[in-house]
Amino acid sequence: MTLMSYRQALHDTLRSEMLRDENVMLMGEEIGVFEGSYKITAGLLAEFGEKRVRDTPIAEEGFTGAAIGAAMLGLRPVVELMTINFSLIAIDQIVNHAAKIYGMFGGQAKVPMVIRTPGGGGQQLGATHSQNIELYYAFVPGLKVVAPSTPADAKALMLAAIRDDDPVLFLENLALYNTKGEVPDHDEPAIIGKAKVTREGSHLTLIGYSRMAYVAKKIADQLADSDHLDIEVVDLCSLRPLDRETIINSVKKTNCAVVVEDDWLTYGIGAEVAATISDGAFDYLDAPVRRVAMAEVPMPYAKSLETAALPSEDDIINAIYQTLDAIGHRRSKTGPHD
Amino acid sequence: MSTAKRPTTKASTATKTASVTAKATATKKVAAAAKVTPKATPPKKSPPKKTTVVSSDAVQLLDYYREMLFIRRFEERAARAYTQALIGGYCHLNLGEEAAVVGLMSALRPTDYLFTNYREHGYAIARNIDPNAIMAELYGRVDGVSKGWGGSMHMFDMEHRLLGGYGIVGGQLPLATGAALAIDYRGGDDVVMCTMGEGTSNIGAFHESLNIAQLWKLPVVFVVINNFLGMGTKVELSSAEPEIYRRAAAYRMPSARVDGADPIEVAAAARIAVESARAGQPYLLEVTCHRLRGHSVVDPAKYRSASEVEELKLHDPVHNLAERLLNLGLTDADTLAALDEAMLARLDEIAAFAEASAHPDVNTLFDYTYATPVPNDSRRLPGQSLFDENGVAR
Repeated sequence: MTLMSYRQALHDTLRSEMLRDENVMLMGEEIGVFEGSYKITAGLLAEFGEKRVRDTPIAEEGFTGAAIGAAMLGLRPVVELMTINFSLIAIDQIVNHAAKIYGMFGGQAKVPMVIRTPGGGGQQLGATHSQNIELYYAFVPGLKVVAPSTPADAKALMLAAIRDDDPVLFLENLALYNTKGEVPDHDEPAIIGKAKVTREGSHLTLIGYSRMAYVAKKIADQLADSDHLDIEVVDLCSLRPLDRETIINSVKKTNCAVVVEDDWLTYGIGAEVAATISDGAFDYLDAPVRRVAMAEVPMPYAKSLETAALPSEDDIINAIYQTLDAIGHRRSKTGPHD
Repeated sequence: MSTAKRPTTKASTATKTASVTAKATATKKVAAAAKVTPKATPPKKSPPKKTTVVSSDAVQLLDYYREMLFIRRFEERAARAYTQALIGGYCHLNLGEEAAVVGLMSALRPTDYLFTNYREHGYAIARNIDPNAIMAELYGRVDGVSKGWGGSMHMFDMEHRLLGGYGIVGGQLPLATGAALAIDYRGGDDVVMCTMGEGTSNIGAFHESLNIAQLWKLPVVFVVINNFLGMGTKVELSSAEPEIYRRAAAYRMPSARVDGADPIEVAAAARIAVESARAGQPYLLEVTCHRLRGHSVVDPAKYRSASEVEELKLHDPVHNLAERLLNLGLTDADTLAALDEAMLARLDEIAAFAEASAHPDVNTLFDYTYATPVPNDSRRLPGQSLFDENGVAR
């Protein structure tokens, strides 16, 4: 194990996969000479050269599509989209092509490629640069969408994504790049399509992904110390396929759930999780499933407004207590929920 | 231009080569452009070409004719099956494009790749894909080229390197550019040809792809089939530069325009384009054609005036080539009639094959969502709940 940042884990994994397989190549805006807007690809141009680390014009549709075409011929391109907001320029290629080519042609061509892109608000980047629109891709059969919340998962899921024969949208997060954690030294790919219970508990299931899985774990640890609450945390890790069984199994144990997400609430990932719980664990539920998500506004620039729009830790803690209160559990109560 | 291995890193050489090519073809381009404009007065009679035909060309012309006639009869048969509701969805035909199709495809090696759009049956035929499989795809059957998953717009055959018909206008351009990137990455000498309609030259993917291909010197030929109509909209009303080949100048890419009525002229222009690409210089080739019917089978083309409809008859490349063969004494009417009869009989067999082919088994519904098996991939049918009676997600 080595302690490293989420950024470093991504960088090191890209590098080790490029060393392992010469079909792995990187494409994106400013990933070479500039070393990446968020420096994930720092040093890779110098090490691997222009052929394998390719700076592209500002043409997301063109170069994302080119990566798909190259993947059809067996390369394993890893595309960097500077932020997920810009993926909208490439959405025709991602949704109408990457996601369709294997099925539409009856399984004759695989598209083994990765689209890396960070989401995340809270950086005062305003309405067009703060969105969390991974839902658009998680909606589409044929795509896989993964969203690691820790440096270790970033490594394991990147290994899996690059080695996968399907197109994978790999969601990173601006606020996670500098977070640190222990990362295994060996190369063990994650299994895409599996969620993780990152903290076992019995009082309530707190569900999130990407930054919110990180926040959820932090809050659960904190409430265990301060309030003797025993919260189970589920990190979805994969948005498509969605590991419904891990969600259900947890709720069957805790009998209540709060879903936290950085995207908008209406039609969001949390809605899918809540519907899953309603369908698979209705008889086990002691309280309605609560969702904590962003306010339904375009993200404002002003810090005061941005902070109000984003789900805060207090919002999540309040939702946890409202849920527990609804089933008669009190803040002071220390015994297991029954 | 050398047909040897293309330069990979010598940018200055490549640029020089490009400008030479552009200049060399400029005169020809102007001549071709002058010859074919949408409003040009057509010749009074079906025009036998005055090209001097040497004997190898004579053989070639007869071969082209056979291929073109086969595409014509195939498309007519498809139209018939469509109106009989044996074919579903959309059905866009290559009627009027036959000379362009066979000329273009003749310039490719079997190992070269083709990306095309949704008007593609003729291209699949000219790439030597089994016509039974093409028709079976139209019928949505298991023996179809895409196993019934694609239909008219989405045919694919890796063996014959048809890397897809694509239904989204412009969608195939970035993909073709990327395929060329993969070839270049591995130091191969195959070429990618990417065909599209003239309306596609207005979409962003066209410009992004030409820019990237030229920047990276990729072995790709972009071919614009200009039939002067995007569905019902005239090219002058949709393209600020209606002579599409000129758009390549914005990317310092060589280009040319050729009359798509004559397979020999198309093939010659396509060979120049393909060899340029093989040498590392992408190319834009515009081929002018006349769409003889509506945008798709169901389009009655009411936007065409009576005189335009009348004029179209003069632009039928299959009919004109037959006349030319007769005028040159390369064949006679009886031989052509016998050929046609044989083809119609062959088409009967093809349609019978398609109709006899099985409908895909519904148990294969989930077989092609992912190439790598993945846990929790949903296999739920529309009426089923998320979880089965044992609580297992489906």
